Amino acid sequence: MNIITRGFRGRRRDSGRPLPPGQYLTHDFPVLSAGPTPRIPLDAWEFTVTTEQGERHRWSWTELMGLAAESITTDIHCVTRWSKLDTDWRGVSLDTLLSNVETEADFAMALSYGGYTTNLPLEDLLDGKAWIAYQYNGEDLASEHGGPARLLVPHLYLWKSAKWIRGIDLMLQDSPGFWEQLGYHDYGDPWREQRYQGD
Amino acid sequence: MARAAVSGGLRVRRAWRPAVLVERRAETPSASTLVFDVPGWPGHVAGQHLDVRLTSPDGYQAARSYSLAAPADGERIEITVQAVPDGEVSSFLVGDAAAGDSVEVRGPVGGWFVWRPEDSGPVLLVAGGSGVVPLMAMIRSRDGTDRAPFRLIYSVRAPGDRIYDHELQRRASEDGGLDVSVVYTRTAPEGEPRPTGRISIDDLVSYGWPAELEPTCYVCGPTGFVETVANLLIFLGHDPSKIRTERFGPSGP
Repeated sequence: MNIITRGFRGRRRDSGRPLPPGQYLTHDFPVLSAGPTPRIPLDAWEFTVTTEQGERHRWSWTELMGLAAESITTDIHCVTRWSKLDTDWRGVSLDTLLSNVETEADFAMALSYGGYTTNLPLEDLLDGKAWIAYQYNGEDLASEHGGPARLLVPHLYLWKSAKWIRGIDLMLQDSPGFWEQLGYHDYGDPWREQRYQGD
Repeated sequence: MARAAVSGGLRVRRAWRPAVLVERRAETPSASTLVFDVPGWPGHVAGQHLDVRLTSPDGYQAARSYSLAAPADGERIEITVQAVPDGEVSSFLVGDAAAGDSVEVRGPVGGWFVWRPEDSGPVLLVAGGSGVVPLMAMIRSRDGTDRAPFRLIYSVRAPGDRIYDHELQRRASEDGGLDVSVVYTRTAPEGEPRPTGRISIDDLVSYGWPAELEPTCYVCGPTGFVETVANLLIFLGHDPSKIRTERFGPSGP
């Protein structure tokens, strides 16, 4: 049974389409990070996929720019309860980056400059569901939003879309990332409201 | 931000719990402290937050996260809420909620932006506006500990925006291990020697700790403020892994 709060009516905003449970609509782009914003010069930037066998696949910034890019329009949902609709991104699909990677892994750990990590099932990075994004609204991705490049996995809560991405480790066994060790959900599906462990 | 820095992650307590408002007291014209009794509250660490959920008579619900403002007193907890324009939960809590009202809470949440009494090294706290709330929980948690040395730099627009003003002054005067410096960005009180203006590298040098002491730095406030302060701290030689941040955006809770 729900507890009614006396006198509370709320200010319902019509989002035009349903939002995941417990979310509210924002038109801003709030920032959530656990530490300072790292600055990564493009000539030093690289993205590395490491398989469970230790095999490394590396891309420099120039090489990333040489890959086929896609435009993505998607809704994003932060575990701090804001959702933002129809955001515009440009980036390289993980399908492209992983196409020549041989692996038996079922899980992935996204690794960021600055030390952040987050774990995902590998299948959530495939089949057009995830990108290395480097533009937002037609402009270079701002560093506070994860530039020069971030992971974008919009069907999961945004903490899974690791900012300042530097690589992905492929893993046979799941292992919790930064927020996941601190009580946040291992999977993080906003439509099932998987905010915290046990949800 | 090494993974090993946090041992035994703090588990979020899953259930929504009924909470009864015991007291609401105004801190500033737009911020109030709310004290709740929460049967079964499992306790928390300074810096953690909780989710507050309000339900209207027709079943509509809205939930937001707020920082805990003090150590738990048994099952009694408190939060300080800044009313934000158009904030459906914050404006209700700051303006309408009254003693005896029921809400639901869930938590505690968050295990990174926390300070534990057994952490004995020097601590630098840098607050912008209502970002002082989780930092105040850390200051209040010093009572009865070995008293790690704390310095707070608190940036506000004007004297009337200072939350916890009297308590901070009292604590700073009674406690040799706590320094409190207030930085005014728009309007300063009479006799304030520092010209008004945004927090600067000089403020961090004058009122903070030298980087060589390797303080743990907690920075909380609006996004632009946190970006500025974190960058200045790195410029001053602080190790990025010793800088913990919490930000709220323009549309924040």
